[in-house]
Amino acid sequence: MPPDSSSAAAPAPDLSKSPPDLLTLFVAFAKMSLAGFGGVLVWARRGIVDQHKWMTADEFNETFALCHFLPGPNIVNLTFVFGFRLRGLPGSIAAFSGLVGPPALIMVVMGALYHRYGEIDALRRILSGVACAAIGLMLAVVFRMMMPLVKRHDVIGLLIMAAVFVAIGILRLPLAAVLLVAIPISILITTAMRKRDAA
Amino acid sequence: MSSDGNPVLTLAATFALMSLFAVGGANSAIPEMHRVAVDVNHWLTDKQFTDVYAIAQLSPGPNVLIVTLIGYSVAGVLGALVATVAMCVPTAVLALIVSRFLTRASEARWPAIIQAALVPLSIGLMGASGFILARTSDRTVVAVLMTIAAAVLASATKLNPLWMLVAGGCLGFAGLIG
Repeated sequence: MPPDSSSAAAPAPDLSKSPPDLLTLFVAFAKMSLAGFGGVLVWARRGIVDQHKWMTADEFNETFALCHFLPGPNIVNLTFVFGFRLRGLPGSIAAFSGLVGPPALIMVVMGALYHRYGEIDALRRILSGVACAAIGLMLAVVFRMMMPLVKRHDVIGLLIMAAVFVAIGILRLPLAAVLLVAIPISILITTAMRKRDAA
Repeated sequence: MSSDGNPVLTLAATFALMSLFAVGGANSAIPEMHRVAVDVNHWLTDKQFTDVYAIAQLSPGPNVLIVTLIGYSVAGVLGALVATVAMCVPTAVLALIVSRFLTRASEARWPAIIQAALVPLSIGLMGASGFILARTSDRTVVAVLMTIAAAVLASATKLNPLWMLVAGGCLGFAGLIG
């Protein structure tokens, strides 16, 4: 076993000060998470880049882009990757526990309350109203993401989007089956289009 | 169907697999959560599912925590824990591995192509999420108007979304949403 195989060398981000300890990570992510109603990304950026200066804006964007293209909850992926960069696996676990633990606890309390009082008519009405607004917020995100495709007349992109919508939303096909067909098709078409545009 | 086995194991297997197909984040997986929780396993009714979604939006934290509530409905605190971990950890580990690999290879071209290819898919999935939830929720004219108003306000203003949820709750309490 070569003694000089450097143990902790590779991709350390240029942190001028020593990396934060596990408790600091946990508390910082708990704060960001508990501030985040309707999404934590804004608060994560504010906390990691502006407040603690643990990453530059570019590093944050790069990491987020990576976590966005991978499946699963983006912000959870980001937290895991980020925690690992600072403190290895314990860092991942500390940041993840901070991000998910306290709000999940709140969620369990809400779930218990809902189970006990969910049949009360006033509560049912309130939740129906909240759901209507929440659906509107989701549609706003859909439109915002769709506009670039509409603006550049990306007919194929819009067709793929519509096909996925019909398969999942109307035909109610299983997600895995739909994506196993849709992802290769979309990648093939995107690659072909890029080649054509480059030529 | 699969509900005759141990529900906690079903939760773990279901959400671990689902997380790997949640292209674009947790909100893209809502149709699949609805299919599994309402249609396949009968863990929740349609109305309960939209309620759970509303509660998750009202609460702080990442969007993925709707699975905590689904898990809680199925198997109490243990269910909540198992569903949450199953939905988060597999993709987080994948992200970790890919990020290490990419830093070393510093090859950033193929993620860009894949990302571009995935955008239409995740928009379609999120549209389907909205549609499936709206089928249960938007049953009256006022309800539909509330949804449209929230969509327009969120697109056109910088108003904190929480206020729209509160406004929806007030209208609902007043009996206007139905």
